[in-house]
Amino acid sequence: MRRSMYSYPLAKGWVQKISTSWRNVMIAIPFFWLLVFFLAPFLIVLKISFAESLIASPPFSSLLEILDDGTLIMRLAYENYSYLWEDPLYVRTYLNSIRISTISTILCLLIGYPMAYAIVRSPSTTRFVLLMLIILPFWSSFLLRVYAWMGLLADQGTINNILIWLGLIDRPLRLMYSELAVHIGIVYSYLPFMILPLYANMEKLDDSLIEASADLGARPIMTFLTVTLPLTVPGMVAGSLLVFIPATGEFVIPDLLGGGNVLMIGRVLYNEFNANHDWPVASAVAIMLLLVLVIPMMIYQHSQSKQAGN
Amino acid sequence: MRGKRSLFLLSALSFGFAFLYVPMAVLIFYSFNYSKLVPVWGGFSTRWYRVLFESEEMWAALTLSLKIATVNATVATLLGALAGLTLSRAGHFKGRTLFAGMVSAPLVMPEVITGLSLLLLFITLSNLIGWPSERGMTTITIAHITFSLAYVAVIVQSRLAGVSQDLEEAAQDLGGKPFRVLIDITLPLLMPALAAGWLLAFTLSLDDLVIASFVSGPGSNTLPILIYSRIRLGLRPDINALATMIILVVSIGVFVAGWLLLRQQRLRDQEAQLATADSNGK
Repeated sequence: MRRSMYSYPLAKGWVQKISTSWRNVMIAIPFFWLLVFFLAPFLIVLKISFAESLIASPPFSSLLEILDDGTLIMRLAYENYSYLWEDPLYVRTYLNSIRISTISTILCLLIGYPMAYAIVRSPSTTRFVLLMLIILPFWSSFLLRVYAWMGLLADQGTINNILIWLGLIDRPLRLMYSELAVHIGIVYSYLPFMILPLYANMEKLDDSLIEASADLGARPIMTFLTVTLPLTVPGMVAGSLLVFIPATGEFVIPDLLGGGNVLMIGRVLYNEFNANHDWPVASAVAIMLLLVLVIPMMIYQHSQSKQAGN
Repeated sequence: MRGKRSLFLLSALSFGFAFLYVPMAVLIFYSFNYSKLVPVWGGFSTRWYRVLFESEEMWAALTLSLKIATVNATVATLLGALAGLTLSRAGHFKGRTLFAGMVSAPLVMPEVITGLSLLLLFITLSNLIGWPSERGMTTITIAHITFSLAYVAVIVQSRLAGVSQDLEEAAQDLGGKPFRVLIDITLPLLMPALAAGWLLAFTLSLDDLVIASFVSGPGSNTLPILIYSRIRLGLRPDINALATMIILVVSIGVFVAGWLLLRQQRLRDQEAQLATADSNGK
């Protein structure tokens, strides 16, 4: 039985019985690491997002200032956020990212659901081999899997070569640097993240419910729609969020397959920081991205802990 | 759930696997192309493998990536094991909620945010205390440990939740000191989780481009950074050769692991059968 971290019973383990100082050391080491390298960096981003951009080193203003009479004042600049809101480019980019990752998530679900279902219904050894084949791409390089599609989709790429050779088209289709290419890249890279939670969910399904439904005279399609589908909702939710959350902030796929034609927020953030050196705006873009994703993230955590509760 | 797989399911399965594997097959096929233009077939050749093996830049990047991945996996396994152990066996302590949140958050954090925030931290620290004086191997390793330890902690926690505390309690009741319980009972129980966590941390580190390119400095090109800088400019046959080598190594690893797991499962099934036969015979 798998449990999420939020529902572990706080049983009195042996860790509680060792001397307090040792126990504190055990907790303090990872705690301190995460405070310094996870929480602090995040607070710095939050702070810089409220600073003004300056041509200096570091290129932003200080939030705290001591005036001549000794009073400490704090100056928060909201310009970075209002700039994001007023510039149609940013609003469009956020909406575009959400739209692209939503469509890709639905495509992953449509391809992944029947695959997971077919794997669960396979004989034991086949099932094991098929699962290994789903996991294998996950262990190989992400970057090179995106590169594989560059070779297929390019103007002189394999797909265009085959279509021309077959005589179906005379000149290459423009497949690369399009939204279609980004969808293909996301679905290809994240499909295992959809299939594995679905598989874990379907594996636990109670066969007797499906048999009962059949015995009571329901046709297979009715049984699927009224029994199987509702019972696999948790798997669909977990898989969809595991695709949607990283796809929204994706950088590599829109950069390599979408080029300048497809606006996605991860790429804009990267360029804002590395090309424009506008740290405050880049930080504000990051905070806004987090705000967009905080609800899906919370739904994911909630669904995981609910599943563990059952 | 068992049962028939309809024609629809079988075709969905075939289509799905074709989708996953045909692009890789094409990639491998063109790595043996003589032509410098990737999609134009110029006869069979292994010249791009020679080019790859003779590239010093490539070897330097691979060495750096392997060093970072090894240090990362080892430290992340230690820290992640401590985090997982304390979260599932130490009961309640002050700041537990914050701690649990910080352990799970890196798992869902978009890479661009993690990369940006760590870079800003390193810059702030170097202005305040002069460390890190330059960005490179150390900063990349620290960044990788931070997200890898979260994965290890989750694996350790789910393993500890899956085994009951009976053994640990029995050892305590028999007078085992907590330290002995850790060494004799908990650690052996955790070994599969720690091995899986180490491997996962190693792979995540080898694969990371976005976070590493934020926190790396001049002259510290990891393998993904080098690959990215090359493929941005277009298709390159030596990268096809590199991809083929990586796919080969990963496949061998996965097949060996899969074979071992399958054998273990069969042995367990056999033992279970024998046990049932035994009890029926009596």
